[in-house]
Amino acid sequence: MAVLAQALTSFLATGAFGILFNVPKETLVKCGLIGTGGWLIYYLLEDYSNNAILATLAATVFIAVLSQQLAKFYKTPVIIFSVAGIIPLVPGGLAYDAMRNFVENDYNSAIALAAKVLMLAGSIAFGLVFSEVINQIIRKINHNKVRI
Amino acid sequence: MEKPVERTYEIMEVCLLAGKIMLQSGGETYRVEDTMMRIAAAFGIERTHSYVTPTGIIFSAEGTEPTKTKLIRISERSTDLKKVSMVNSISRRITSGDVTLEEAMEYLQEIDSLDVTFPFRVQVAAASLASGCFMIMFEGGWNDFIPAMISGGMGYLSFVYFHRFIPIKFFSEFLASFVIGLFSFLFVKMGVGQQLDKIIIGSVMTLVPGLLLTNAIRDLMAGHLVSGLSKGAEAFLTAFAIGAGIAVVLSFL
Repeated sequence: MAVLAQALTSFLATGAFGILFNVPKETLVKCGLIGTGGWLIYYLLEDYSNNAILATLAATVFIAVLSQQLAKFYKTPVIIFSVAGIIPLVPGGLAYDAMRNFVENDYNSAIALAAKVLMLAGSIAFGLVFSEVINQIIRKINHNKVRI
Repeated sequence: MEKPVERTYEIMEVCLLAGKIMLQSGGETYRVEDTMMRIAAAFGIERTHSYVTPTGIIFSAEGTEPTKTKLIRISERSTDLKKVSMVNSISRRITSGDVTLEEAMEYLQEIDSLDVTFPFRVQVAAASLASGCFMIMFEGGWNDFIPAMISGGMGYLSFVYFHRFIPIKFFSEFLASFVIGLFSFLFVKMGVGQQLDKIIIGSVMTLVPGLLLTNAIRDLMAGHLVSGLSKGAEAFLTAFAIGAGIAVVLSFL
């Protein structure tokens, strides 16, 4: 039940973000589905392994690789598909906690939380790098097939 | 000898207009450079150089005559991915050869003047829906759904209005997150909302610089160090403004 609620809300949230970024109307549902897939991967992996960094990495790779393939298929810029899906993975909640601790003069926990935010942002970055590599490998394989 | 010179300038105008629309609408730097080079190549200028940063484009075309260079300044940036994809499809049509130079200029000017955004009411509704949903995604309770929707919608509304009033992006972000903090605090005080933290996190997500962050990383990966770092700095400042706005409310608790 909780997973179902997560799927529904992540679909709506990513679709709504598509509206805020003004993506073309016909791609809104695809944006929402990409966001749902990414968020479910994150949610289930985080639940299973208790490791938010790994979960973020996996979800980012999923979103970025899928959007690259969709972009090639529909001949539109990648950014249209990927950007709304990445948004839920941004560690907004942790950043908020870190800042709240700063305001309450609890610098020790604030620094620890801020370090974690940095790690999560870094894992999003690394996920994007990985997906770029994966896409180039896919492209090379397809290229070789055509040549043979 | 008069004619080819004029032609080069016209081609450069088309390239720069396409680049300008893309950059203003939130396209990645490498895509802007790539598009401009492809358009120029399709019209017969093989050797071009472009230097794109978030605040300006330098574009030069080499040929038999002395190299020509133009610079345009980008002052206003927003997120409008539909325009990026429209320019992208125009550039595809140019490279496949079914659009002439004059037609391309006409199309691009039309796109530039067009306002293709969703109606403002729809945007605010989307922002409030996103806030409510994010609150659930961060494991808030369903009874906080409506308060999160209202404070998120008010935050977005005030962000747009403040931005029209004072065109300093960081200040309007600061004020918007202050409004969000205030509304959430009031809801909790009145007993309508339960968890202050969850409501604030959900509502603030609509202001989070997610697009800037991903673009900054993509630019850095593609080797556009200057644009990547400057977009990263913009994202950092935005995050800081949001944090400061919330912090003002929290420090009164």
